[in-house]
Amino acid sequence: MADTIILEIARYSPERDREPTFQSYEVPVHKDWVILDALNHIKDKVDGSLTYRWSCRMGICGSCGIMVNGEPKLGCATFLSSYAGNGNKVRVEPLRYFPIVRDLVTELSDFLVKLKKVKPWLIPDDEPPLSKGEFLQTPEQLENYRQFAMCINCTLCYAACPVVGLDPTFVGPAAIALAQRYNKDSRDGAMQERTAVLAHPEGIWGCTFVGECTRVCPKHVDPAGAIQQYKVEAVLEWAKALLLPWGQRKIRKTPEEAGSAAAD
Amino acid sequence: MPQLTETPLYTEYHPRWYRPHVSVYWWLGQWRYLKFILRELSSVFVAGAVVLTLFQLRALRNGPDAYARLEQRLQTPAMIALSLISLFFVAFHSITWFNLTPRAMPIRIRGKRIPEWMIAAPNYVLWAVVSVIIGWFVMSK
Repeated sequence: MADTIILEIARYSPERDREPTFQSYEVPVHKDWVILDALNHIKDKVDGSLTYRWSCRMGICGSCGIMVNGEPKLGCATFLSSYAGNGNKVRVEPLRYFPIVRDLVTELSDFLVKLKKVKPWLIPDDEPPLSKGEFLQTPEQLENYRQFAMCINCTLCYAACPVVGLDPTFVGPAAIALAQRYNKDSRDGAMQERTAVLAHPEGIWGCTFVGECTRVCPKHVDPAGAIQQYKVEAVLEWAKALLLPWGQRKIRKTPEEAGSAAAD
Repeated sequence: MPQLTETPLYTEYHPRWYRPHVSVYWWLGQWRYLKFILRELSSVFVAGAVVLTLFQLRALRNGPDAYARLEQRLQTPAMIALSLISLFFVAFHSITWFNLTPRAMPIRIRGKRIPEWMIAAPNYVLWAVVSVIIGWFVMSK
């Protein structure tokens, strides 16, 4: 194993640069070092101006997503030693398709707006009073959505999805997987609300099933699977609505709408 | 007092983000993306195979002479080459989509998700059975 490795890091300063350039740093390779350790080493010992996001360094917070040799990765979960034999150079860039604020820091507002649109929280049909106690679930009911609940919003799936790059209005893999997480929850009753947002060319129908989101997901969420399952369910719901126009189509109202209806 | 310029490069409230440009050739860099584009392109050949079948049906309706003429046209080297390319793409289309079926169909038995191959395999079995039946029809004339 090489004792040192060269990190070619994309640098972009909004005050100075028109576009990102690469700067090389030689860092020691320790067996237990991940890319994030190398970035911290550079920041502490070599160049304090290097800017990147990180927090938990244990694959939970989802802050340290970067491109490593063109692959979306979590900096804290990618060992430096796996690249030591690979020409002894590693290229580190900010996550693809996102606007770059500085160096490795990407702009996430657009993702957060999209995430909020799909209402990733529990909206129960009938909320029982607190005195009734907890919402109970069987292990099978938990298993229905548990995989999708593992998402840490690291946005690696967005950097892997060419549809996100080509159509910036596409809601994207993580947001749809999180919508499915709540749709599949036995305590939730708002699938129709979410489908109204997502059964759309910029929602589930925008996905062309490239499948890369699932491959790069560090938490094995399988967003591609979630989207395809959502497509099947949306078609079934549509067919039901078509065949049973008298069916019980429950459209929940937003609190504002409910409030104005009550006022009327 | 800082001088105001018409187009400030950077202000605290409006940082100048760099917006990366997606190249038209984004799919050429990595095999996985190229494979995806080939899978999408394969639909054209699947459609081509359907159109050819419609032509064959029309020729069948028009009698043995018409069908012989069509067969003759299909035997030119260019058409044979096109058929081979089509065969490759139609097989590629089928295999890639069959392999993706487990993603869209998370079937659970007694609370446990069944293995992916158990969802993909029936597609291949059905494909083989239909191919054998068609082959038997063609060969036994």
